[in-house]
Amino acid sequence: MIGLELSFIWAAIIAFAVLAYVVLDGFDLGVGILSLGARDERERGVMMSAVAPVWDGNETWLVAGGGGLLAVFPLAYSVVLPALYIPLIAMLLGLIFRGVAFEFRWRTERGRRLWDLGFGIGSVVAGFSQGVALGALVNGIAIADRAYAGGPFDWLTPFSIMTGIALVIGYALLGSTWLVYKTRGAIEARARQQARYAGIGTLVMMGVFSAWTPSIDPVYAARWFSWPTAAFSVVVPLLVAGCGWLLWRGLTKERVLQPFLAALGLFVLGFAGIGISFYPFIVPPSLTIAEAAAPPESLLFLLIGGLVLLPIILIYTGYTYWVFRGKVDPEEGYQ
Amino acid sequence: MFDALDAVMLARLQFAFTVSFHIVFPAFSIGLASYLAVLEGIWLIRRDEAYLKLFDYWKTVFAVVFGMGVVSGLVMSYEFGTNWAVFSDKAGPVIGPLLGYEVLTAFFLEAGFLGVMLFGLKRVGPGLHFVSTLMVAAGTLISATWILAVMSWMQTPAGYATNEVGQFVPTNWLAIIFSPSFPYRLVHMVLAAYLTTAFVVGGVGALHLLRDATDRTARIMFSMAMWMAVVVAPLQLVAGDLHGLNTFQNQPAKVAALEGHYETQQGAPLYLIGWPDDAAEETRFAIGIPKLGSLILAHDANATIRGLKEWAPEDRPPATLIFWSFRIMVGLGLLMIAVGLWSLVQRIRGRLFDDRLLMRIAVWMWPSGFLAVLAGWITTEVGRQPWTVYGLLRTSESASPVVAGAVATSLTAFVIVYFIVFGAGVFYLFRLVRRPPSAEPLSDHAPVRVARPAPGEGSAS
Repeated sequence: MIGLELSFIWAAIIAFAVLAYVVLDGFDLGVGILSLGARDERERGVMMSAVAPVWDGNETWLVAGGGGLLAVFPLAYSVVLPALYIPLIAMLLGLIFRGVAFEFRWRTERGRRLWDLGFGIGSVVAGFSQGVALGALVNGIAIADRAYAGGPFDWLTPFSIMTGIALVIGYALLGSTWLVYKTRGAIEARARQQARYAGIGTLVMMGVFSAWTPSIDPVYAARWFSWPTAAFSVVVPLLVAGCGWLLWRGLTKERVLQPFLAALGLFVLGFAGIGISFYPFIVPPSLTIAEAAAPPESLLFLLIGGLVLLPIILIYTGYTYWVFRGKVDPEEGYQ
Repeated sequence: MFDALDAVMLARLQFAFTVSFHIVFPAFSIGLASYLAVLEGIWLIRRDEAYLKLFDYWKTVFAVVFGMGVVSGLVMSYEFGTNWAVFSDKAGPVIGPLLGYEVLTAFFLEAGFLGVMLFGLKRVGPGLHFVSTLMVAAGTLISATWILAVMSWMQTPAGYATNEVGQFVPTNWLAIIFSPSFPYRLVHMVLAAYLTTAFVVGGVGALHLLRDATDRTARIMFSMAMWMAVVVAPLQLVAGDLHGLNTFQNQPAKVAALEGHYETQQGAPLYLIGWPDDAAEETRFAIGIPKLGSLILAHDANATIRGLKEWAPEDRPPATLIFWSFRIMVGLGLLMIAVGLWSLVQRIRGRLFDDRLLMRIAVWMWPSGFLAVLAGWITTEVGRQPWTVYGLLRTSESASPVVAGAVATSLTAFVIVYFIVFGAGVFYLFRLVRRPPSAEPLSDHAPVRVARPAPGEGSAS
């Protein structure tokens, strides 16, 4: 019984790690996506400087999510990763180009355009692949004998393409609102405009996602339209509307941090909606959190460290954000 | 491109390729992070600007190396699942929490404080900046500790039971972490990382000394690196010997293969060269020294060394590759010791900075650590075959149910992307270190990031 409770605690921690990754690296990737529209190299440099000190820590949440899944839900890890083989490899390749660009672009003048292009396209590919992976997971993964039982292209559906596009737009929203917070002048003004478009796009895609999901699996429909979870189906759209309003107000009233926080709120709400739809499954439609969990010895051993270390991590991560708070100074950097 | 190979072999090739590229970067960044901490510490104590200049110089190199290590390491953390799903399912309950602790204790620490170390001197001041550098250095060492605990457990599993669905279940975490080969492997690897960095720093120092014998920063680099060679290279020989004894006890088949012994012999020779032929079950063209094999492996000239024929053919590791990779590793180690001793003699004679031949050799020796690390890894990991978890889970039964075409495609993509990305990265690194630390940072090819820190700010530029 203790194992069961541990597995739900761990499901919550893994969900937190994934959410932390999505919103934190989401704004990095969003800045990467928007860098494709920058006017010149100098602008791209400033945009990259807006995330350079923190992107690595943000990406670490992806390792935490993957490593955590292996540690506490090894069966889910060993089923989901082969099922999403192609989108995940594409994501990794995109993240490679995105990650090295931060250093490489400053090491060359001739090649800078190419690494900048790699930064932008790598960000788009990574975001799109993650969205596709999410869509494929919602669609459900075929499992037999503790292994993935589908083909190499099962992930490719109209729904997963839609979620891929949706996440790119959502990341662009996070990225543009982050730039509103971190930059000045022309870049900030453009980011405010882009945030409006991306905000509308994100809300539309959330609507499409919500209208489409119940038809994929009756379990989702039941979860959404039957008591008591139906309460969320009422509350969440209201909260989404509230965040949308705060986003719009923040952008028009020239607030600095409010648009980003509102965008963050949209992501948290969307994530909560997906989480409620999945529960108690970790891999729909057949693998539950309890079934996928590692033995209690594994769960407990890592939980003890996790409960001590995660707060410490959050504290020093917060500290590094505080160190680099405020607008990017284009005169600052290292050679 | 890979039509003739099955999915398992392709998955092995992919893992070997991606991990070989990856290990090069951490092997360097573990040593470099510690070196940066030492440089900054000396600067803070002595306020000697030369050390700050060296810190800034190697910091830039570190940023490039660390970035490549991060992105290539991310691939590894997902490759377990994409390509080795059965292994992940079965071994996940044991190795997963160790990797989880690596993320929690090391990755966040490194990544969090890296930003402050690279960009934050002006914002946090020298004291907190030094703390950040120490945190990054500590993170690299903690990371090495956990990942080597994982690798050691795969080599010498302990502290586990198996459950009804065939998973390894932890019974004793201390026994899992401190599995029989772990202490030896950890010491051997950390020393290897330090030697790797020492020979890169020594090579770069020698390069600039050859150009300008009065360059003080180059002298500091060369001198520090040669001290490391004097002290650490012989230590590594001792650590390697103890690691070998441990392997001889726990994995005798691996030792038989890397020594090219097919027959069980009392007072076995040490083959210096030869060509182990697994099909014919003999080592061809062998030139050996009688009894030395037994003496080295068991510290007893008349000890019995079991030959590969004692194991069924399907339980033997491939001998040819690891016979040679082992000799390359040991040979490079002996060369490092020789360079260290040579430098010590010249230092005692007061001629360390006059011996141009030593400097030229030091320049040539810059990649010796990388090659030795790769050779050592091949020896230990190929020597683990045909198992992923030694003696318990076969490699052939560990792979994902992914079709060969998908693995071949992703392998091709990794090969292309890695050669482009890491090829460019290594090219930029060469360009960075060809410029002496004493030079002005601004040049045609090494543009300044946005702008330099304000003049006078801790003389940061």
